[in-house]
Amino acid sequence: MGEERRSGGGRGGRGGARGANADKGTGQRRSLFRRRKVCKFCAEKIDYIDYKDVRMLMPFVPDRGKILPRRISGVCAPHQRALQTAIKRARQLALVPYVAD
Amino acid sequence: MSTSRQYELVYIVSPDASEQEVTDLHAQVEAVIARIGGELVKSENWGRRKMAYEIGPHKEGIYVLELINGTGELMKELERRLRVSEKILRYLVVRVDEELRAAERTRSRRKVRTGPPAGEGDRSGMGVDGDGGDDRFETEA
Repeated sequence: MGEERRSGGGRGGRGGARGANADKGTGQRRSLFRRRKVCKFCAEKIDYIDYKDVRMLMPFVPDRGKILPRRISGVCAPHQRALQTAIKRARQLALVPYVAD
Repeated sequence: MSTSRQYELVYIVSPDASEQEVTDLHAQVEAVIARIGGELVKSENWGRRKMAYEIGPHKEGIYVLELINGTGELMKELERRLRVSEKILRYLVVRVDEELRAAERTRSRRKVRTGPPAGEGDRSGMGVDGDGGDDRFETEA
């Protein structure tokens, strides 16, 4: 039980720090105006995220080659999980980069 | 024996392979499927395309997709052959039957949900099956 509590506290702390950084990065405007995010895949009713469809995946792989986090893209959790495996498969086939500079 | 499943096989052929070599590889895949038993559902040649990163000295590759119904043993043999052939830069086998079935399930579930109740679509309890039971309870009481 003690362990559980500790890990929970750690997670909360990290989340807080991250939030603070994000505010610093984009200036004060972020706290004043925040657009509501809607999961792209839910909105367009896509149930199968195909790893072969590069055009669908690329918006979620920024220039750096990393997978865009949910907190930025607004994708819902189930779709982010599917997206994650799709991107990883596409990477194996060199359709999507692992790293890009 | 073992059950038939649906697989997607994508392989990347070296860009300096000739047209003939690509068709030969495809024929080889077909032959293995015919020999071990299985069905080639669809075959697609995407042609030459630029890769996101270099594989060895190559910057582009010839992509071929094959949709296969077959057993695990069949795929094992296919993989072995692809690994051995030198013109193949890379291949990927993905089992798709379960994923496609799951996608189909969510699609049909959505149809049911958005179909009959026109006005009730906005309820927050959407998708919770227990909710329907509650409604019935209320009307009875």
